[in-house]
Amino acid sequence: MDRIKDFFSTFLLIELLKGMAVTGRYMFARKITIQFPEERTPMSPRFRGLHALRRYPNGEERCIACKLCETICPALAINIELAQRDDGSRRTTRYDIDLTKCIFCGFCEESCPVDAIVETRIFDYHGESRGDLLYTKDKLLAVGDKNEEQIAKDKAADARYR
Amino acid sequence: MFETVILSLQGLLGPVWPLVYSMAKIVAIVAPLMLGVAYLTYAERKIIGYMQVRIGPNRVGPKGWLQPIADALKLMTKEIIIPSGSNKALFILGPVLAIAPALAAWAVVPFSPELVLANVDASLLYIMAITSMGVYGIVLAGWASNSKYAFLGGMRAAAQIVAYEIAMGFALVGVLMAAQSLNLVEIVKAQQGGVFSWYWLPLFPLFIVYLIASVAETNRAPFDVVEGESEIVGFHVEYSGMAFAVFFLAEYANMILVATLTSIMFLGGWNPLFDFAPFTWIPGFFWLIGKVCFVLFLFLWFRATFPRYRYDQIMRLGWKVFIPVTLVWILVVGAMMQTPYGYLFH
Repeated sequence: MDRIKDFFSTFLLIELLKGMAVTGRYMFARKITIQFPEERTPMSPRFRGLHALRRYPNGEERCIACKLCETICPALAINIELAQRDDGSRRTTRYDIDLTKCIFCGFCEESCPVDAIVETRIFDYHGESRGDLLYTKDKLLAVGDKNEEQIAKDKAADARYR
Repeated sequence: MFETVILSLQGLLGPVWPLVYSMAKIVAIVAPLMLGVAYLTYAERKIIGYMQVRIGPNRVGPKGWLQPIADALKLMTKEIIIPSGSNKALFILGPVLAIAPALAAWAVVPFSPELVLANVDASLLYIMAITSMGVYGIVLAGWASNSKYAFLGGMRAAAQIVAYEIAMGFALVGVLMAAQSLNLVEIVKAQQGGVFSWYWLPLFPLFIVYLIASVAETNRAPFDVVEGESEIVGFHVEYSGMAFAVFFLAEYANMILVATLTSIMFLGGWNPLFDFAPFTWIPGFFWLIGKVCFVLFLFLWFRATFPRYRYDQIMRLGWKVFIPVTLVWILVVGAMMQTPYGYLFH
């Protein structure tokens, strides 16, 4: 009996028509496409995008060249050289992040005792030659200066979970 | 107005006139067809996108309307690579042989009672003969490429198209039995009246078989083992640029052709939906276009819905399901015509 029923449901294309009903229904469903450059998906304050080096409000850079980030970086993407400044403080003379090596794990940000290196929400950057993706200290500080407001807000939002 | 222009041109051109006039008629069919092909690709991407809850192409021109133009320009500026091991003459001939039947078949397709390039008495036979030629282009392309993958794709194409052509032919036998004519114009005229006097109703199994077989004939999903855009390598792996574009054109021109034939033979051609006032005001040509669009929409709908058939399933469906079904229904039609209920099938 079941076989006869099976035969007829196959022969009358019942399953196929059901399938077509589903796709037909979805044709009128609301579309989920996000029109990227004009629209963006919501983003967590913890988003790990392009790196930035921050400064204190008085303009002094936060980084104290402790090299924790360089040590923890699993991709060996960070390169730091340091020297003592005239006022006796420890400062980096070189702080490079090779973004072609970076895996955006966020360990550098987590390890930083002074919240100097952070990852911003910026993910749509590009380089037109290979050197463009080697971010030097100047470039990282520039990113930080430009986006300080957003970075500070994200840090504050995430502060109570850290 | 039109008549006088024709007459004055006829006087002007003299003996060359018949040639020029036929060329003009051919252009009048092929040019809108090519435009239709271009916008069929756009409609396909848009409709399948909508069914997958996406919005499809919308960047080139307003709402993406210029997308097909951009695609055509891209393909035209690309290089045509001819593999060094290939048979060059046949390699070039392949796409030509694929598209020629798809265009030649339009010669006998009636758009309205008067609007037909060649009102031949055996036009159904002509259609069946010409559409069978399409497979040569594919097999030749697969063979001339001198590549294993292209060759296997060509073999799959040959087996599939041959299998489904038989079922398709039998479905058409049912139509010609019902219409008592091989002339496409007569076939449409025999379907005069509303929806219920079109042949899809008395020949329903044949209509379904023809519809599915025509999807298989044009190598569309879910029977697209021949090319399988995303995974399986097809007969045109070695083709690039315009040579590939010609295959593409042929596939879509074939789609429009089989959709038109389905409309003519099962959906009443240029006959309006109902045979009374508001419906009869719309000219027959637009009714035909509307029906063709409906069938094409079904093709796209199938593609958005069904997963691809396995090769052996395709063969089983073609040989062991469709051919028996069509044979049985031809028998039913033939037997019923001998009874007093025969008028139901005319």
